[in-house]
Amino acid sequence: MLIDFHHRQSAHCESGVTANLLSHCGLEIDEPLAFGIGAGLFFAYLPFFKVDHIPMTTFRMLPGMIFGRATKMLGVKVKVRRFHDPQKAMIELNRLLAKNIPVGLQVGVYWLPFFPEALRFHFNGHNIIVYGKKNGDYLISDPTLDAPVSCSSRALQKARFAKGPLAPKGKMYYVTGSMAQPDFSRAIIKGVRRTCFFMLKSPRPFAGVHGIRYLAKKIKLWPKKLGKEKALLYLAQIIRMQEEIGTGGAGFRFLYGAFLQEAADILPQKESLLKISREITETGDRWREFALVASRICKDRVGAGNTFEAAADILLDCADREKNFFQELKRSINS
Amino acid sequence: MRKDDVPQDEGVLGIWHEISYAVNKEGKYVQVPSAGWEPANVANELARRQIRQQIEEVRQQVKKGALSPLAYHMIRNNMDERLLSQYTGIPKKKVRCHLTPKRFKALNRQYLKRYADALDLSIDDLGRI
Repeated sequence: MLIDFHHRQSAHCESGVTANLLSHCGLEIDEPLAFGIGAGLFFAYLPFFKVDHIPMTTFRMLPGMIFGRATKMLGVKVKVRRFHDPQKAMIELNRLLAKNIPVGLQVGVYWLPFFPEALRFHFNGHNIIVYGKKNGDYLISDPTLDAPVSCSSRALQKARFAKGPLAPKGKMYYVTGSMAQPDFSRAIIKGVRRTCFFMLKSPRPFAGVHGIRYLAKKIKLWPKKLGKEKALLYLAQIIRMQEEIGTGGAGFRFLYGAFLQEAADILPQKESLLKISREITETGDRWREFALVASRICKDRVGAGNTFEAAADILLDCADREKNFFQELKRSINS
Repeated sequence: MRKDDVPQDEGVLGIWHEISYAVNKEGKYVQVPSAGWEPANVANELARRQIRQQIEEVRQQVKKGALSPLAYHMIRNNMDERLLSQYTGIPKKKVRCHLTPKRFKALNRQYLKRYADALDLSIDDLGRI
Protein backbone atom coordinates (compact mmCIF):
# COMPACT_ATOMS: atom_id res chain seq x y z
CA MET A 1 0.00 0.00 0.00
CA LEU A 2 1.61 3.25 -1.05
CA ILE A 3 -0.29 6.39 -1.88
CA ASP A 4 1.37 8.93 -4.15
CA PHE A 5 1.57 11.60 -1.48
CA HIS A 6 3.52 14.84 -1.67
CA HIS A 7 5.33 15.65 1.60
CA ARG A 8 5.63 19.39 2.25
CA GLN A 9 7.37 20.61 5.37
CA SER A 10 5.64 23.21 7.50
CA ALA A 11 6.23 25.23 10.65
CA HIS A 12 3.27 23.89 12.60
CA CYS A 13 2.02 20.31 12.58
CA GLU A 14 -1.72 20.77 12.29
CA SER A 15 -1.79 23.58 9.73
CA GLY A 16 0.74 21.54 7.72
CA VAL A 17 -1.37 18.38 7.91
CA THR A 18 -4.47 20.36 6.92
CA ALA A 19 -2.75 22.03 3.95
CA ASN A 20 -1.19 18.77 2.76
CA LEU A 21 -4.36 16.69 3.07
CA LEU A 22 -6.44 19.29 1.22
CA SER A 23 -3.80 19.74 -1.48
CA HIS A 24 -3.71 15.98 -1.97
CA CYS A 25 -7.45 16.05 -2.61
CA GLY A 26 -7.11 18.72 -5.28
CA LEU A 27 -7.72 21.86 -3.21
CA GLU A 28 -4.35 23.59 -3.58
CA ILE A 29 -3.70 25.48 -0.35
CA ASP A 30 -0.51 26.22 1.59
CA GLU A 31 0.25 26.31 5.30
CA PRO A 32 -0.26 30.03 6.07
CA LEU A 33 -3.68 30.00 4.42
CA ALA A 34 -4.75 26.88 6.32
CA PHE A 35 -3.45 28.42 9.55
CA GLY A 36 -5.26 31.73 9.02
CA ILE A 37 -8.56 30.27 7.86
CA GLY A 38 -8.42 27.69 10.64
CA ALA A 39 -7.81 30.53 13.15
CA GLY A 40 -4.81 28.82 14.74
CA LEU A 41 -3.33 31.81 16.56
CA PHE A 42 -4.10 32.03 20.23
CA PHE A 43 -2.61 32.71 23.61
CA ALA A 44 -3.46 31.46 27.06
CA TYR A 45 -1.64 31.18 30.35
CA LEU A 46 -3.28 28.62 32.62
CA PRO A 47 -1.69 28.66 36.09
CA PHE A 48 -4.11 26.03 37.43
CA PHE A 49 -3.41 23.56 34.64
CA LYS A 50 0.00 22.05 35.23
CA VAL A 51 2.19 19.79 33.14
CA ASP A 52 5.10 18.28 35.07
CA HIS A 53 4.20 20.63 37.92
CA ILE A 54 4.72 23.69 35.71
CA PRO A 55 1.83 25.97 34.68
CA MET A 56 0.74 25.69 31.08
CA THR A 57 1.37 28.43 28.54
CA THR A 58 -0.18 27.79 25.15
CA PHE A 59 0.10 29.63 21.87
CA ARG A 60 -2.37 27.45 20.02
CA MET A 61 -5.94 26.28 20.07
CA LEU A 62 -6.88 22.73 21.05
CA PRO A 63 -5.66 20.10 18.59
CA GLY A 64 -8.14 19.47 15.80
CA MET A 65 -9.55 22.98 15.68
CA ILE A 66 -7.47 24.24 12.75
CA PHE A 67 -8.39 21.23 10.64
CA GLY A 68 -12.01 21.37 11.73
CA ARG A 69 -12.47 25.08 11.08
CA ALA A 70 -10.46 25.28 7.86
CA THR A 71 -12.31 22.39 6.24
CA LYS A 72 -15.68 23.69 7.41
CA MET A 73 -14.98 27.21 6.10
CA LEU A 74 -13.88 25.83 2.74
CA GLY A 75 -16.83 23.49 2.45
CA VAL A 76 -14.75 20.31 2.49
CA LYS A 77 -16.42 17.17 3.76
CA VAL A 78 -14.34 15.28 6.30
CA LYS A 79 -14.71 12.39 8.67
CA VAL A 80 -13.29 12.41 12.20
CA ARG A 81 -13.25 9.28 14.35
CA ARG A 82 -12.06 8.27 17.79
CA PHE A 83 -11.77 4.73 19.13
CA HIS A 84 -11.92 2.78 22.35
CA ASP A 85 -10.27 -0.32 20.99
CA PRO A 86 -6.68 0.12 19.71
CA GLN A 87 -6.96 -2.96 17.49
CA LYS A 88 -10.06 -1.61 15.76
CA ALA A 89 -8.37 1.73 15.30
CA MET A 90 -5.45 0.11 13.46
CA ILE A 91 -7.77 -2.07 11.32
CA GLU A 92 -9.74 1.00 10.28
CA LEU A 93 -6.49 2.80 9.40
CA ASN A 94 -5.42 -0.14 7.21
CA ARG A 95 -8.81 -0.20 5.50
CA LEU A 96 -8.54 3.48 4.54
CA LEU A 97 -4.96 3.10 3.31
CA ALA A 98 -6.08 0.18 1.14
CA LYS A 99 -8.61 2.56 -0.42
CA ASN A 100 -5.79 5.03 -1.20
CA ILE A 101 -6.92 7.59 1.36
CA PRO A 102 -4.16 9.38 3.31
CA VAL A 103 -5.20 9.66 6.96
CA GLY A 104 -4.43 12.37 9.51
CA LEU A 105 -3.75 11.17 13.06
CA GLN A 106 -3.48 12.87 16.40
CA VAL A 107 -0.63 11.27 18.34
CA GLY A 108 1.49 11.60 21.47
CA VAL A 109 5.08 12.43 20.52
CA TYR A 110 6.60 10.46 23.40
CA TRP A 111 6.21 7.15 21.60
CA LEU A 112 7.25 8.24 18.10
CA PRO A 113 10.68 6.70 17.42
CA PHE A 114 11.50 9.10 14.58
CA PHE A 115 10.84 12.29 16.52
CA PRO A 116 13.85 14.29 17.79
CA GLU A 117 14.90 12.60 21.03
CA ALA A 118 15.17 15.85 23.00
CA LEU A 119 11.58 16.83 22.15
CA ARG A 120 9.94 13.55 23.07
CA PHE A 121 7.97 14.49 26.14
CA HIS A 122 4.37 13.60 27.00
CA PHE A 123 2.70 15.97 24.58
CA ASN A 124 -0.39 14.55 22.90
CA GLY A 125 -1.40 17.26 20.45
CA HIS A 126 0.86 16.33 17.56
CA ASN A 127 -0.52 15.64 14.08
CA ILE A 128 0.86 13.43 11.34
CA ILE A 129 -0.34 11.89 8.07
CA VAL A 130 -0.10 8.18 7.32
CA TYR A 131 0.08 7.54 3.58
CA GLY A 132 1.08 3.91 3.22
CA LYS A 133 2.44 0.68 4.64
CA LYS A 134 5.61 -1.07 3.57
CA ASN A 135 7.09 -4.28 5.06
CA GLY A 136 4.77 -3.96 8.04
CA ASP A 137 5.87 -0.39 8.83
CA TYR A 138 3.70 2.65 8.31
CA LEU A 139 4.89 5.41 6.01
CA ILE A 140 4.41 8.74 7.69
CA SER A 141 4.52 12.33 6.56
CA ASP A 142 5.23 14.41 9.66
CA PRO A 143 4.97 17.97 8.37
CA THR A 144 7.39 19.35 10.97
CA LEU A 145 10.21 17.12 9.67
CA ASP A 146 12.32 17.51 6.52
CA ALA A 147 11.35 14.20 4.92
CA PRO A 148 8.83 11.35 5.24
CA VAL A 149 9.64 8.68 7.82
CA SER A 150 8.44 5.20 8.75
CA CYS A 151 7.21 3.82 12.04
CA SER A 152 6.46 0.34 13.39
CA SER A 153 2.86 -0.63 13.90
CA ARG A 154 3.46 -1.17 17.62
CA ALA A 155 4.94 2.30 18.19
CA LEU A 156 2.24 3.99 16.12
CA GLN A 157 -0.49 2.24 18.09
CA LYS A 158 1.10 3.35 21.34
CA ALA A 159 1.36 6.93 20.08
CA ARG A 160 -2.30 6.91 18.98
CA PHE A 161 -3.39 5.75 22.41
CA ALA A 162 -1.05 7.89 24.49
CA LYS A 163 -2.56 8.92 27.84
CA GLY A 164 -2.55 12.10 29.83
CA PRO A 165 -3.78 15.61 28.95
CA LEU A 166 -5.28 15.90 25.43
CA ALA A 167 -5.21 12.09 25.05
CA PRO A 168 -5.80 11.43 21.32
CA LYS A 169 -7.91 8.26 21.84
CA GLY A 170 -6.89 7.01 18.43
CA LYS A 171 -8.27 10.09 16.69
CA MET A 172 -8.11 9.93 12.91
CA TYR A 173 -9.44 12.25 10.23
CA TYR A 174 -9.61 12.28 6.46
CA VAL A 175 -11.19 14.11 3.55
CA THR A 176 -14.26 12.47 2.00
CA GLY A 177 -15.20 15.04 -0.59
CA SER A 178 -14.77 18.70 -1.44
CA MET A 179 -16.67 21.59 -2.92
CA ALA A 180 -15.72 22.44 -6.49
CA GLN A 181 -15.00 26.15 -5.99
CA PRO A 182 -14.61 27.19 -2.36
CA ASP A 183 -15.09 30.84 -1.48
CA PHE A 184 -11.63 31.78 -0.22
CA SER A 185 -12.36 35.42 0.58
CA ARG A 186 -15.32 34.52 2.78
CA ALA A 187 -13.26 31.85 4.55
CA ILE A 188 -10.39 34.28 5.15
CA ILE A 189 -12.68 36.98 6.54
CA LYS A 190 -14.32 34.51 8.92
CA GLY A 191 -10.96 33.12 10.04
CA VAL A 192 -9.57 36.60 10.71
CA ARG A 193 -12.67 37.64 12.65
CA ARG A 194 -12.38 34.52 14.73
CA THR A 195 -8.74 35.18 15.63
CA CYS A 196 -9.47 38.83 16.45
CA PHE A 197 -12.23 37.65 18.73
CA PHE A 198 -9.96 35.14 20.49
CA MET A 199 -7.19 37.65 21.01
CA LEU A 200 -9.28 40.68 21.97
CA LYS A 201 -12.45 39.35 23.56
CA SER A 202 -11.40 36.17 25.37
CA PRO A 203 -12.51 36.10 28.98
CA ARG A 204 -10.07 37.75 31.35
CA PRO A 205 -7.56 37.16 32.68
CA PHE A 206 -6.13 34.00 31.17
CA ALA A 207 -6.52 34.22 27.40
CA GLY A 208 -5.76 36.48 24.46
CA VAL A 209 -4.08 39.86 24.92
CA HIS A 210 -5.17 39.92 28.56
CA GLY A 211 -3.47 36.57 29.05
CA ILE A 212 -0.15 37.97 27.84
CA ARG A 213 -0.42 40.84 30.33
CA TYR A 214 -1.43 38.43 33.09
CA LEU A 215 1.61 36.26 32.39
CA ALA A 216 3.89 39.33 32.39
CA LYS A 217 2.53 40.33 35.77
CA LYS A 218 3.11 36.84 37.17
CA ILE A 219 6.66 36.63 35.78
CA LYS A 220 7.64 39.71 37.77
CA LEU A 221 6.52 37.94 40.95
CA TRP A 222 8.15 34.58 40.26
CA PRO A 223 11.69 35.11 41.62
CA LYS A 224 10.35 36.16 45.02
CA LYS A 225 7.44 33.77 45.18
CA LEU A 226 9.01 30.59 43.84
CA GLY A 227 12.68 30.89 44.59
CA LYS A 228 15.32 31.08 41.92
CA GLU A 229 15.46 27.47 40.79
CA LYS A 230 11.75 27.03 40.26
CA ALA A 231 11.38 30.45 38.67
CA LEU A 232 14.00 29.49 36.10
CA LEU A 233 12.18 26.23 35.31
CA TYR A 234 8.91 28.11 34.83
CA LEU A 235 10.62 30.60 32.53
CA ALA A 236 12.33 27.83 30.55
CA GLN A 237 8.94 26.21 30.07
CA ILE A 238 7.57 29.37 28.42
CA ILE A 239 10.53 29.51 26.04
CA ARG A 240 9.99 25.86 25.17
CA MET A 241 6.28 26.33 24.50
CA GLN A 242 7.12 29.42 22.46
CA GLU A 243 10.08 28.32 20.42
CA GLU A 244 10.18 24.56 20.15
CA ILE A 245 9.00 22.91 16.98
CA GLY A 246 5.60 23.99 15.80
CA THR A 247 4.13 25.23 19.06
CA GLY A 248 5.61 28.64 18.49
CA GLY A 249 4.81 32.08 19.77
CA ALA A 250 7.06 34.20 17.59
CA GLY A 251 6.86 31.61 14.83
CA PHE A 252 3.07 31.87 14.81
CA ARG A 253 3.29 35.66 14.42
CA PHE A 254 5.45 35.22 11.33
CA LEU A 255 3.12 32.52 10.05
CA TYR A 256 0.20 34.88 10.51
CA GLY A 257 2.14 37.63 8.76
CA ALA A 258 2.61 35.30 5.80
CA PHE A 259 -1.12 34.54 5.88
CA LEU A 260 -2.01 38.25 5.80
CA GLN A 261 0.25 38.74 2.77
CA GLU A 262 -1.64 36.01 0.98
CA ALA A 263 -4.95 37.44 2.12
CA ALA A 264 -3.88 40.81 0.67
CA ASP A 265 -3.73 39.21 -2.78
CA ILE A 266 -7.27 37.87 -2.43
CA LEU A 267 -9.17 40.58 -0.52
CA PRO A 268 -9.73 44.20 -1.60
CA GLN A 269 -8.14 45.69 1.57
CA LYS A 270 -4.68 45.06 0.10
CA GLU A 271 -2.72 48.02 1.50
CA SER A 272 -3.96 47.85 5.06
CA LEU A 273 -3.45 44.08 5.25
CA LEU A 274 0.14 44.43 4.06
CA LYS A 275 0.72 47.13 6.64
CA ILE A 276 -0.70 44.97 9.43
CA SER A 277 1.42 42.07 8.19
CA ARG A 278 4.53 44.25 8.66
CA GLU A 279 3.40 45.18 12.16
CA ILE A 280 2.85 41.58 13.13
CA THR A 281 6.34 40.75 11.84
CA GLU A 282 7.79 43.37 14.19
CA THR A 283 5.81 41.93 17.07
CA GLY A 284 7.15 38.47 16.26
CA ASP A 285 10.64 39.91 16.55
CA ARG A 286 9.72 41.31 19.98
CA TRP A 287 8.57 37.85 21.07
CA ARG A 288 11.94 36.54 19.99
CA GLU A 289 13.66 39.22 22.04
CA PHE A 290 11.67 38.00 25.02
CA ALA A 291 12.89 34.44 24.44
CA LEU A 292 16.45 35.70 24.09
CA VAL A 293 16.38 37.67 27.34
CA ALA A 294 14.63 34.81 29.13
CA SER A 295 17.22 32.32 27.93
CA ARG A 296 20.01 34.59 29.17
CA ILE A 297 18.36 34.60 32.58
CA CYS A 298 18.22 30.80 32.42
CA LYS A 299 21.91 30.69 31.58
CA ASP A 300 22.61 32.92 34.54
CA ARG A 301 24.24 35.61 32.47
CA VAL A 302 24.08 38.59 34.70
CA GLY A 303 23.68 41.76 32.75
CA ALA A 304 21.78 44.98 32.80
CA GLY A 305 18.83 43.83 30.69
CA ASN A 306 18.64 40.25 31.86
CA THR A 307 16.11 40.32 34.66
CA PHE A 308 12.64 38.87 35.14
CA GLU A 309 11.42 42.44 35.27
CA ALA A 310 12.91 43.28 31.86
CA ALA A 311 11.58 40.10 30.27
CA ALA A 312 8.09 40.83 31.57
CA ASP A 313 8.26 44.37 30.20
CA ILE A 314 8.93 43.01 26.71
CA LEU A 315 5.84 40.84 27.07
CA LEU A 316 3.78 43.87 28.09
CA ASP A 317 5.01 45.62 24.96
CA CYS A 318 4.00 42.57 22.89
CA ALA A 319 0.54 42.68 24.44
CA ASP A 320 0.13 46.38 23.58
CA ARG A 321 1.25 45.84 20.00
CA GLU A 322 -1.02 42.84 19.55
CA LYS A 323 -3.98 44.72 20.90
CA ASN A 324 -3.32 47.52 18.42
CA PHE A 325 -2.94 45.48 15.31
CA PHE A 326 -5.75 43.06 16.04
CA GLN A 327 -8.04 46.05 16.52
CA GLU A 328 -6.77 47.51 13.29
CA LEU A 329 -7.19 44.16 11.56
CA LYS A 330 -10.74 43.86 12.81
CA ARG A 331 -11.59 47.34 11.49
CA SER A 332 -9.91 46.64 8.18
CA ILE A 333 -11.60 43.29 7.60
CA ASN A 334 -15.03 44.65 8.47
CA SER A 335 -14.68 47.65 6.17
CA MET B 1 12.42 38.24 11.06
CA ARG B 2 14.53 38.68 7.93
CA LYS B 3 15.59 35.71 5.88
CA ASP B 4 19.27 36.23 6.75
CA ASP B 5 18.46 36.31 10.46
CA VAL B 6 16.96 32.83 10.61
CA PRO B 7 19.11 31.10 13.25
CA GLN B 8 21.07 27.93 12.54
CA ASP B 9 22.03 26.79 16.05
CA GLU B 10 22.17 23.01 16.18
CA GLY B 11 20.80 21.40 19.31
CA VAL B 12 17.49 19.81 20.23
CA LEU B 13 16.41 19.10 16.65
CA GLY B 14 19.30 16.69 16.03
CA ILE B 15 19.49 15.89 12.33
CA TRP B 16 16.20 17.60 11.53
CA HIS B 17 15.30 21.16 10.58
CA GLU B 18 12.29 23.24 11.41
CA ILE B 19 10.58 25.68 9.10
CA SER B 20 10.66 29.38 9.87
CA TYR B 21 8.72 31.99 7.98
CA ALA B 22 10.88 35.03 7.29
CA VAL B 23 10.75 38.01 4.92
CA ASN B 24 13.12 38.26 1.95
CA LYS B 25 14.60 41.44 0.49
CA GLU B 26 11.37 42.30 -1.28
CA GLY B 27 9.50 42.05 2.03
CA LYS B 28 7.74 38.86 0.97
CA TYR B 29 7.38 35.94 3.37
CA VAL B 30 9.20 32.74 2.40
CA GLN B 31 9.86 29.40 4.11
CA VAL B 32 13.39 29.02 5.47
CA PRO B 33 14.72 25.82 7.09
CA SER B 34 16.40 26.36 10.45
CA ALA B 35 18.70 24.00 12.36
CA GLY B 36 17.41 25.40 15.66
CA TRP B 37 17.79 28.39 17.92
CA GLU B 38 20.02 28.85 20.94
CA PRO B 39 17.34 30.06 23.44
CA ALA B 40 15.20 26.99 22.69
CA ASN B 41 18.26 24.77 23.12
CA VAL B 42 19.12 26.46 26.43
CA ALA B 43 15.59 26.10 27.80
CA ASN B 44 15.39 22.49 26.71
CA GLU B 45 18.76 21.68 28.30
CA LEU B 46 17.64 23.28 31.57
CA ALA B 47 14.48 21.17 31.67
CA ARG B 48 16.37 18.01 30.78
CA ARG B 49 19.01 18.62 33.41
CA GLN B 50 16.26 18.84 35.99
CA ILE B 51 14.79 15.55 34.80
CA ARG B 52 18.19 13.83 34.78
CA GLN B 53 18.73 15.01 38.35
CA GLN B 54 15.39 13.56 39.43
CA ILE B 55 16.15 10.25 37.74
CA GLU B 56 19.52 10.03 39.46
CA GLU B 57 17.96 10.79 42.85
CA VAL B 58 15.37 8.06 42.39
CA ARG B 59 18.04 5.63 41.19
CA GLN B 60 19.99 6.15 44.40
CA GLN B 61 16.82 5.66 46.43
CA VAL B 62 16.16 2.36 44.64
CA LYS B 63 19.72 1.22 45.27
CA LYS B 64 19.31 2.01 48.95
CA GLY B 65 16.11 0.00 49.00
CA ALA B 66 13.85 2.93 49.79
CA LEU B 67 11.94 2.73 46.49
CA SER B 68 11.06 -0.08 44.06
CA PRO B 69 12.52 -0.38 40.54
CA LEU B 70 9.08 0.66 39.28
CA ALA B 71 9.71 4.15 40.68
CA TYR B 72 12.88 4.36 38.62
CA HIS B 73 11.24 3.22 35.39
CA MET B 74 8.35 5.57 35.97
CA ILE B 75 10.52 8.64 36.37
CA ARG B 76 12.82 7.53 33.58
CA ASN B 77 9.78 7.58 31.30
CA ASN B 78 9.03 11.07 32.55
CA MET B 79 5.79 9.90 34.20
CA ASP B 80 4.20 10.54 37.56
CA GLU B 81 1.77 8.31 39.47
CA ARG B 82 -1.21 9.81 37.71
CA LEU B 83 0.06 9.27 34.19
CA LEU B 84 1.24 5.72 34.97
CA SER B 85 -2.16 5.04 36.47
CA GLN B 86 -3.83 6.24 33.27
CA TYR B 87 -1.59 4.05 31.13
CA THR B 88 -2.10 0.90 33.20
CA GLY B 89 -5.64 1.36 34.46
CA ILE B 90 -4.32 0.68 37.99
CA PRO B 91 -5.64 3.19 40.54
CA LYS B 92 -3.24 5.94 41.56
CA LYS B 93 -3.22 4.89 45.21
CA LYS B 94 -2.18 1.38 44.25
CA VAL B 95 0.52 2.68 41.93
CA ARG B 96 1.87 4.69 44.84
CA CYS B 97 1.92 1.53 46.99
CA HIS B 98 3.82 -0.37 44.32
CA LEU B 99 6.60 2.19 44.45
CA THR B 100 7.72 0.67 47.76
CA PRO B 101 10.05 -2.36 47.42
CA LYS B 102 8.01 -4.58 49.73
CA ARG B 103 4.73 -4.16 47.84
CA PHE B 104 6.48 -4.35 44.49
CA LYS B 105 8.05 -7.73 45.32
CA ALA B 106 4.63 -9.11 46.20
CA LEU B 107 3.10 -8.16 42.84
CA ASN B 108 1.66 -10.97 40.74
CA ARG B 109 2.46 -11.47 37.08
CA GLN B 110 -0.71 -9.82 35.87
CA TYR B 111 0.16 -6.52 37.48
CA LEU B 112 3.78 -6.74 36.41
CA LYS B 113 2.68 -7.29 32.83
CA ARG B 114 0.46 -4.23 32.88
CA TYR B 115 3.31 -2.09 34.12
CA ALA B 116 5.77 -3.63 31.68
CA ASP B 117 3.45 -3.03 28.73
CA ALA B 118 2.80 0.56 29.70
CA LEU B 119 6.51 1.30 30.08
CA ASP B 120 7.49 -0.67 26.98
CA LEU B 121 9.73 -3.08 28.93
CA SER B 122 9.94 -6.83 29.51
CA ILE B 123 8.82 -8.09 32.93
CA ASP B 124 12.43 -9.02 33.77
CA ASP B 125 13.67 -5.54 32.91
CA LEU B 126 10.99 -4.01 35.05
CA GLY B 127 12.56 -5.55 38.14
CA ARG B 128 16.03 -4.21 37.30
CA ILE B 129 17.50 -0.75 37.16
